[in-house]
Amino acid sequence: MKILVALKQVPARDLPVEADAARAWIDESSLSHEMNEPDAYALEAALQLKESSGGEVVAVSAGQARVQSALREALAKGADRAIHIQVEGEAARGTDPSITAKLLEAAVREEQPQLVLTGLQSDDTGSGQTGVILAARLGWPHATLVVAIEPGPDSVRVKRELEAGWFQHVTLPLPAVLTIQSGISRLRYATLMGIKRAKTKEIRLMEPPADAVGGGLRLTGLAEPRRQRQTQFLEGSPAEQAAQLVEKLRFEARVL
Amino acid sequence: MAAYHGFDYLLVDSQLSDEEKLVRQTTRQWVEDRVIPVIKDCYNEGRFPSELIPEMGEMGFLGANLEGYGAAGMTNVEYGLIMQELERGDSGLRSFASVQGALVMYPIFTFGSDEQKNKYLPKLATGELIGCFGLTEPGFGSNPGGMTTTAVRDGDSWVLNGEKTWITNGTVSHVAVVWARTSEGIRGFLVEKGTPGYRTSDIHGKLSMRASVTSSLSFSDCRIPDSMRLPGAAGLKAALSCLSQARYGIGWGVLGPAMECIEVARQYSIERKQFDNRPIASHQLVQEKLAWMATEITKGQLLALHCGRLKDQGRLDFAHISMLKRNNVAIALECARLARDLLGANGIVDDYPVMRHLCNLETVKTYEGTDHIHALVIGERLTGVAAYK
Ligand SMILES: Cc1cc2nc3c(=O)[nH]c(=O)nc-3n(C[C@H](O)[C@H](O)[C@H](O)COP(=O)(O)OP(=O)(O)OC[C@H]3O[C@@H](n4cnc5c(N)ncnc54)[C@H](O)[C@@H]3O)c2cc1C
Repeated sequence: MKILVALKQVPARDLPVEADAARAWIDESSLSHEMNEPDAYALEAALQLKESSGGEVVAVSAGQARVQSALREALAKGADRAIHIQVEGEAARGTDPSITAKLLEAAVREEQPQLVLTGLQSDDTGSGQTGVILAARLGWPHATLVVAIEPGPDSVRVKRELEAGWFQHVTLPLPAVLTIQSGISRLRYATLMGIKRAKTKEIRLMEPPADAVGGGLRLTGLAEPRRQRQTQFLEGSPAEQAAQLVEKLRFEARVL
Repeated sequence: MAAYHGFDYLLVDSQLSDEEKLVRQTTRQWVEDRVIPVIKDCYNEGRFPSELIPEMGEMGFLGANLEGYGAAGMTNVEYGLIMQELERGDSGLRSFASVQGALVMYPIFTFGSDEQKNKYLPKLATGELIGCFGLTEPGFGSNPGGMTTTAVRDGDSWVLNGEKTWITNGTVSHVAVVWARTSEGIRGFLVEKGTPGYRTSDIHGKLSMRASVTSSLSFSDCRIPDSMRLPGAAGLKAALSCLSQARYGIGWGVLGPAMECIEVARQYSIERKQFDNRPIASHQLVQEKLAWMATEITKGQLLALHCGRLKDQGRLDFAHISMLKRNNVAIALECARLARDLLGANGIVDDYPVMRHLCNLETVKTYEGTDHIHALVIGERLTGVAAYK
């Protein structure tokens, strides 16, 4: 099966992000970038499918020149080749999923894969729309929040994660688009031998289609969340206090 | 503690290619996932995490800058970055990789017969076989040329007698590269574990390099066939050429602990408050220490990178490497000491990696040519006068 994996490069996690002087975008000069983690799971799923049932994995990313390092990583992990859709400026930021989907659509129409995998969402803008809009534009079926994939001859059966511990099994005819849930498998490392092999693999450069850039959402400004300090006293028995604390850490502070 | 992102004050990263950064990233991630969670306990228990050896092989960390025989074929800059990240995990881990790659695989690769290469290199690259390098003797450390271990030819075999000590991986090795005096000069031999007359034992009581195995090897009428002699290794200079490979890796490696130490101290100095609830970072004496560390680490990074580029062009020689090893170990050790100081009492406990790095770096200052010896190598290059004796 020929699988296309759409992946985005995002600012590295845990680094402090600041607005630029014009408050129009983040200051990228002090940031380093990495492969969007949910997309790393999409890549992993694609590589596992290739290992179990053969085929080809093509990684594709739209963005400025630096996204090639994310593509290199995909090649080092085992993708067969890569496509870099070259865009600059606002379109390269990936803040508008409809533009990203249009860019990816062009690559999908050229490559004609049976399956397109993306991460569920991106760690920076987190809209979770790119894969879905792409499927709509292609007129292909799609499934989101996919945690397991069983390929058949002209269909795939997938397991989707719903809320509250529920799962759904769906069978989709091919070609199809799947957006992959994070954390479903152990990500492989790019081994040094893989990095070496990737040096000879191709990254094909692709011009964006003329109508793909521009329009859509416009980002008008950025603001940092206001810092607030407040002290809260928890009441009740130690067990109740502990339960409240866990609740707050999980849902308010989101550190658990 | 915040996630570790290395230390790059002067945008030295801008001099690295995408591949080089990817090599560093994948090694850093592996160390973060696999080494950091276990290393404190390993160190405290005095145990090398041998369960990680197969993964080190799979990742390509063993003999990474060699070409063929299952080795990863990295450039020397990439190899340096790997050593830097492994040693940020622990100097014991980097020592393991240095010995296996630079002191065992390199001599077999460079001086070995085809039969020896085919037999040992692929399995050393995967970590199925472990090797050690026996040069130092109880009476001869800085002056290995005085060694008293002998190999005497007897027909088609050699008989080894003598004692080697301070040998990393000695007791856990399947094959030892042993240097001995013969009637024709110093020669290198491969001795397999279990050969009659060859015994090993561990050195205990180390307060440094605790997550590394250090042993003594003894040879008493140990007979090996001539096919176990490294045919291309003639004279002490063959042994020293292996040391040059390892020292090059050390020059990069020690930047790992130095970078982690400054990051720990920097964050700590911002968080720790004393005197009117002000961060200790607000004091000039504290800032001066951080500024010194940042400057020396940056100079060390540039030195390592420049040496790496020269090595990739085939222009780096042993006297250059002496400057790299001596300088970077000295500044890394001083960074660890300063970080220890800035952490106050917290500096001496194992909640932070600083004291462990500090203790390890004391070994790194001594092995692979002491600080003094490298000063004398540089001095000899500058003046033409050898001052060792
Ligand atoms: C943990 C550990 C692992 C090791 N692993 C290995 C290994 O795998 N294989 C191996 O072969 N060896 C290994 N070594 C040994 C190491 O290489 C030696 O310890 C080192 O060469 C120094 O020798 P020495 O300890 O005998 O010190 P000495 O040579 O006795 O030196 C003691 C002091 O005297 C100084 N000194 C000596 N001569 C001079 C001089 N001419 N001028 C000025 N100062 C001088 C030294 O600089 C030092 O300060 C290891 C050592 C340690 C601690």
